[in-house]
Amino acid sequence: MTEAKSQVNPRMSQEAIPDTAEERVSYLAEGHTLKSWLTTTDHKRIAILFLLSITFFFFCGGIAAALIRLDLLTPAPDLLSNDGYNRAFSLHGIIMVWFFLIPSIPTTFGNFLIPLMIGARDLAFPRLNLASWYIFVLGGLATLATVVLGGVDTGWTFYTPFSSTYSNGAVFMALTAVFISGFSSILTGINFIVTVHKLRCPGMTWGRLPLFVWAHFATAIIFVLATPVLTIALVLVALERVFGIGIFDPRLGGDPLLFQHLFWFYSHPAVYIMILPAMGVVSELITNAAHKQIFGYWFVAGSAIAIAVIGFMVWGHHMFVSGQSAYASAIFSFLSIVVAVPSAIKVYNWTATLHKGDIVIDGPLLYALGFIGLFTVGGLTGLMLAMLAIDVHVTDTYFVVAHFHFIMVGGSVSAFFGALHFWWPKVTGRLYNDVWARLSAILIFCGFVMTFAPQFLLGYEGMPRRYHVYPAVFQPLNVMSSVGASILAVAYLLPFTYLFWSLRYGKPAGPNPWGATGLEWTTPSPPPKHNFETVPIVDKQAYCYPVGGRGEQSRPRTQKADDDG
Amino acid sequence: MMGEVGRLQPQFPTLARQREADHFGMLIFLTTEVLIFGGLFAALFVLRAEHGAEYVKSSKAMHLWLGGLNTAVLLTSSAVVALMVEAVKAGGARLAKWLLSGAIALGLMFLAIKFTEYGLEYRDGLVPHLSPRNLHGGPDTLFMDLYFAATGLHALHVTAGLALLASLIWPFGAAPRDSSAVLAGNAALYWHLVDVIWVFLYPTLYLAR
Repeated sequence: MTEAKSQVNPRMSQEAIPDTAEERVSYLAEGHTLKSWLTTTDHKRIAILFLLSITFFFFCGGIAAALIRLDLLTPAPDLLSNDGYNRAFSLHGIIMVWFFLIPSIPTTFGNFLIPLMIGARDLAFPRLNLASWYIFVLGGLATLATVVLGGVDTGWTFYTPFSSTYSNGAVFMALTAVFISGFSSILTGINFIVTVHKLRCPGMTWGRLPLFVWAHFATAIIFVLATPVLTIALVLVALERVFGIGIFDPRLGGDPLLFQHLFWFYSHPAVYIMILPAMGVVSELITNAAHKQIFGYWFVAGSAIAIAVIGFMVWGHHMFVSGQSAYASAIFSFLSIVVAVPSAIKVYNWTATLHKGDIVIDGPLLYALGFIGLFTVGGLTGLMLAMLAIDVHVTDTYFVVAHFHFIMVGGSVSAFFGALHFWWPKVTGRLYNDVWARLSAILIFCGFVMTFAPQFLLGYEGMPRRYHVYPAVFQPLNVMSSVGASILAVAYLLPFTYLFWSLRYGKPAGPNPWGATGLEWTTPSPPPKHNFETVPIVDKQAYCYPVGGRGEQSRPRTQKADDDG
Repeated sequence: MMGEVGRLQPQFPTLARQREADHFGMLIFLTTEVLIFGGLFAALFVLRAEHGAEYVKSSKAMHLWLGGLNTAVLLTSSAVVALMVEAVKAGGARLAKWLLSGAIALGLMFLAIKFTEYGLEYRDGLVPHLSPRNLHGGPDTLFMDLYFAATGLHALHVTAGLALLASLIWPFGAAPRDSSAVLAGNAALYWHLVDVIWVFLYPTLYLAR
């Protein structure tokens, strides 16, 4: 690839670097009008649209989280009313689950990278892809409308009979919002499955697919098979709420537990929607940092599929105290322990990949290591929760809250930031400052642990979730958690400053700043509209790093190392 | 779902591959449709398990023969649609048009019979909220509610299917130009799904006596 024209040292001059030759023909230069963005069918541009939208919702959900943590600083209800608190945590849950975590990695990096990684020019159905974004935005606006309409107080789980009969919040609007967003997930899922099946370039066999693609393939299967069940469950709650038809009302012959079954049949696999793409990201980040072939390719790929399949059979572990039969509980407990096996395989294989690797410690690797550590803690406490005896003790306590935040925030969000840092040069064509990246990765890890580790203790000692008035004895740990949350908030804001800085002042990245393998690194950064000049032909395994050396690197890894120009 | 049939989209290497992808995408979409109905079936099965006697009693009040007639009508229309696809593949545009019109007529007939049945149920006092005079107790009402939810959602799908079939002959007639039957084949798949769902709804609601 041609060198960038400008060799001005950005830190010395503080002047914007002019466009590079790559940028002038890139997908970003295809049109600068709003219309060109809103009517695009380019998977890369749609990924950017998604990135902007989910970042917006991340901050909306973050504001609700800030309200919650502020209110929990003292045992008294001093910031929010009881109703206000219920609405804050419900809004936090609904936005973070359906409008940030579920679409986060698939719709942004999945969308951007899957065609690039498999050597395709776009996803199979580009217009469906754009439709998916519009549907998502519509659902998001409906969620924000619930705030105006008075908020919703059911929690993100919408448990009946509270949601169907007793709650007087804007439940119908919230159901509508999630219902709409489900179609966005379904369309994305269909698109990914068909793309991976039908658009792999010559030589890109299933056994050569990057693990990121395998992870998204497994995720897409869950999107397609789980989301419709949520759709109908929400429709039934809405029918019950509007017409009082009684499916979940025992007085009318219905069964309130049926809702929990339908809901968790979606929502437990949905947890894997949130974590599988993150695992795919980490597989890429670890192999690149270690400059090694992944340890046990087929085990990592197969475990993604195993998680997707077994994940459909464990939903009952959310219902151990619901009164379901002890026999069912025992089976669900066993299956929930089984689903930990493929996750453990992945963790072992990532560490084995690092073993004796030629490791470069930089921002992306630190995020990936943060993921592995936090995911392991979240996963092991998940095993505790899969044990019947322990679960009964800690059900609906902060122990559960801490567990799933370790997985979803410590795991998925760390991986999201890791992906953002790793592929930022590809997406934007610019390098950011890696010192800041490392700093913010460490800060996110520390802020996270300080926020959520105390919640394990709180929960084990019996503090229930969803209460904002609590005995004074719990205050020290709650203060610790709230202070940690403020660190976490700063740490999450930090990347936005230096990443935005890099857009204007960052050095041109060149096609392959990390010396990584993978087809996405053979294209210019940012890639041209149709990704590849000629159809690539693959003749190697994924992660085929030369033994004892590093891959071809168009430019040094970090901006810092290259300041002499 | 169904890109522009005749023209190769830039992301596909060959037209054949593009057709496979369109077909495959449609099949996956239909899977999601099956799962949407899955929730309703689950609700019906739970009701059957928890209130078996009441369920059987409610089921006996259904108009078995109208439902049976509707099953025959819908199955026939599905057969006609399958013939239509073959006609499109064989280049018989005129025949395909006639078959499509026939299938649409049968689909409309299905809806007409269905709504007649709703009318009869209203007359019999079996409609919750509107005319509940012959509904006794919760499970009975719930059965009818689920009946209306399930058949209503199914009727919506029938309507969508009819619109899809109609789009093949009107306004420009995609079917005659569609020599590989991608559009026609996918529309037919959707119509078969509508049919298959009914084939499961019918015994669940009418024959569980």
